[in-house]
Amino acid sequence: MDVVNQLRRQFVDYYTSLHREGFVDDQFTQLQKLQDENSPDFVVEVASLFFEDCEKLINNMARALEQQQRVDFKQVDASVHQLKGSSSSIGAMRVKNVCIAFRSFCEAQNREGCLRCLQQVTHEYSLLKNKLQTLFRLEQQILAVGGSIPVVE
Amino acid sequence: MECNCFEPQWPADELLMKYQYISDFFIALAYFSIPLELIYFVKKSALFPYRWVLVQFGAFIVLCGATHLINLWTFTMHSRGVEVVMTTAKVLTAVVSCATALMLVHIIPDLLSVKIRELFLKNKAAELDREMGLIRTQEETGRHVRMLTHEIRSTLDRHTILKTTLVELGRTLSLQECALWMPTCTGLELQLSYTLRQQNPVGYTVPIHLPVINKVFSSSHAVKISPNCPVARLRPAGKYIPGEVVAVRVPLLHLSNFQINDWPERYALMVLMLPSDSARQWHIHELELVEVVADQVAVALSHAAILEESMRARDLLMEQNVALDLARREAETAIRARNDFLAVMNHEMRTPMHAIIALSSLLQETELTPEQRLMVETILKSSNLLTTLINDVLDLSRLEDGSLQLDLETFNLYALFREVLNLIKPIASVKKLHVSLNLAPDLPEYAVGDEKRLMQTILNIVGNAVKFSKEGSISITAFVAKSESLRDSQAPEFFPVPSDNHFYLRVQVKDSGSGISPQDIPKLFTKFAQTQSTATRNSGGSGLGLAICKRFVNLMEGHIWIESEGLGKGSTAIFIVKLGIADRLNKSKLPFMSKVSTNHGLTAFPGLKVLVMDENGVSRMVTKGLLVHLGCDVTMVSSSDECLRVVSQEHKVVLMDVCVPGIDGYDIAIRIREKFTKRRERPLLVALTGNTDKVAKENCMRVGMDGVILKPVSLDKMRSILSDLLEHRLLFEAI
Repeated sequence: MDVVNQLRRQFVDYYTSLHREGFVDDQFTQLQKLQDENSPDFVVEVASLFFEDCEKLINNMARALEQQQRVDFKQVDASVHQLKGSSSSIGAMRVKNVCIAFRSFCEAQNREGCLRCLQQVTHEYSLLKNKLQTLFRLEQQILAVGGSIPVVE
Repeated sequence: MECNCFEPQWPADELLMKYQYISDFFIALAYFSIPLELIYFVKKSALFPYRWVLVQFGAFIVLCGATHLINLWTFTMHSRGVEVVMTTAKVLTAVVSCATALMLVHIIPDLLSVKIRELFLKNKAAELDREMGLIRTQEETGRHVRMLTHEIRSTLDRHTILKTTLVELGRTLSLQECALWMPTCTGLELQLSYTLRQQNPVGYTVPIHLPVINKVFSSSHAVKISPNCPVARLRPAGKYIPGEVVAVRVPLLHLSNFQINDWPERYALMVLMLPSDSARQWHIHELELVEVVADQVAVALSHAAILEESMRARDLLMEQNVALDLARREAETAIRARNDFLAVMNHEMRTPMHAIIALSSLLQETELTPEQRLMVETILKSSNLLTTLINDVLDLSRLEDGSLQLDLETFNLYALFREVLNLIKPIASVKKLHVSLNLAPDLPEYAVGDEKRLMQTILNIVGNAVKFSKEGSISITAFVAKSESLRDSQAPEFFPVPSDNHFYLRVQVKDSGSGISPQDIPKLFTKFAQTQSTATRNSGGSGLGLAICKRFVNLMEGHIWIESEGLGKGSTAIFIVKLGIADRLNKSKLPFMSKVSTNHGLTAFPGLKVLVMDENGVSRMVTKGLLVHLGCDVTMVSSSDECLRVVSQEHKVVLMDVCVPGIDGYDIAIRIREKFTKRRERPLLVALTGNTDKVAKENCMRVGMDGVILKPVSLDKMRSILSDLLEHRLLFEAI
């Protein structure tokens, strides 16, 4: 019992810290709510899908921005838009904010700005991935010892 | 044997005998030739009616002739036969001549009457001739008049009319001189204005009250005047006998005289002179012509006057029009400039104000020395005041534009008054004023109206009461106005009509402050007007508050006024506004979220078939998760073509993401609507968008979407949206 409670407390703290630091927002909480006995791995599935999507999009953007002459800003913008949509669906707040700034650079066709934003996005994304993976590991641990995942409002 | 017959006395008077013999012969000859002549000439003429008489006459003459012829034989010894013939002839002659004589008794009166008739007819013919002559002259006169009239009326220019008149008259009547005398402005003299022969009439004037002129003016006919009178003395005196002169009056109609039936008093005088040294006289028809022409001239002149008048009016109107247009354009420019200015002011001024107020408030929270705190408080107070001023000015301009609309909603009336009281109590207690609130028991708890603006109005009035009272108390009373109390003597045109859906709220705020003098009361509600007393000057304020309140109250179909008994006697501000009666349904809508949230966890929509279209994998999955959690049967598609392929009657709702560029969500909506012609079969189309643009929402409505939802969507939100949608089949979230 102690282990479970400890783990649960750890989970709650970590979850709250993610919120506080702005890695995730309310949307993520909503996703947690959707997880029930019918779809027990809902959040993990969505997160994996998000990571795949992210990597693909970031690669696209990197390739598009690497072109020395005539960067296809439209393509970059499309990718950023996708990324923004995905990140807001999952509740990845920081990533989403970077995407917003990224879009304005795309509209201004500012290559330097875009490259900077791309860097930022990649950075945020890897941070988030780490954090979420830690969170999921904690979840698994709780389940393994027979506890239930606490619902954090 | 010697016969006893008479022996003619032959030897005696043989000469006489011879003469008798010859005469008888000639008589006989004549007697025989006359009937021959008669016959000849009668035969020649066809018309002789008395043939029988002629025959008789002829017979008579012939027999007479025969008698005389036979007489020739009786001068000498003649036989008995000759005697017999002579006797027969004589007898016959006697018979015929008696018959003729008898006949003549009948015939001669007839013949005589023929003569009389002939004379009569001759007279008649002479008369007709005369009449013909008269008619011809009249007709000619008429022709002249028509021609003259035509000439005169063919122009609407005054001078041309008059000139033409004189010229034509001169020509028609072969006048020597024709002149027109017009009255001067003073009306006391006649001035020579136009003449026929003289090109430039010297400004002759004659006084108007000469007897000859009066005579002409008092008669509507042409009057013969003496050539020596001043109006007729137009040519230098010379050795000639001046021709006859006629003068006629020409009425000058003034525009204003058209309503009056009798003639005006202004006349002009037309003087016509026949050529001198001629024996011509004025004939009646010529005089008539002159009179007719004078009348025509009068009419033509009046028409010309009317035309001049109307042209002048039209020019004036056009000028005014141009001026008005200019003024309107200037006004429009001014309004546009003002609106631009206000728009700029709105944003540019509010932003720094916001910064000032926010930062000052934050500064207040930190550690400050007492002097610093005082300074910061002053800054805050001043900036609040400034913000209020800006808001007031902007509100007022919006109110005046008419662009302000009330936000009607159900609110708690009691809570509103309590809030006002809470806001005002601190300030009042500082000034040691006692504030009391009395709400009538029949005042409804909830009402429908613009809560914010009603509060603003009440606050403003109560604030004024507090501001202008140095001591004493302030009482706020609110009750439902009944019809007797609805009327106010100061506003007789305010007729409130209570109805089933509305009631009139009457609020009275009485204070014991400085009061208002009666002459200032009307100015209270005008913008920026403040009373001159120093008390009000020092208390600040822009003078807009009451003006704004009045406009709000008017918008709420009410009336506001202030009563005061005079300076130092306090004042009462009263207003009545129309509020809607909140019905039960409205009230129950307020806490509706709580009702729905009890469904938490239950499958609210079992088996509801939903089609989700989203290009973004993550977002698609999340949406699916949401719907699955709510018990829906979800199909996912990632492109519009797939969507069109898959969509069927079984799907009740289609959720499509339309903020992704490249996918024309609107197009799909149109195609789906085309696919399902019957409204019953068609799934409900809902757009999911992160776009808060009004345009996007309008586009969705235009293509016939049944709903628009803003991302991000929480579980509760999705639940309520679906239930709303299925209930009303329509949902458009306020963006």
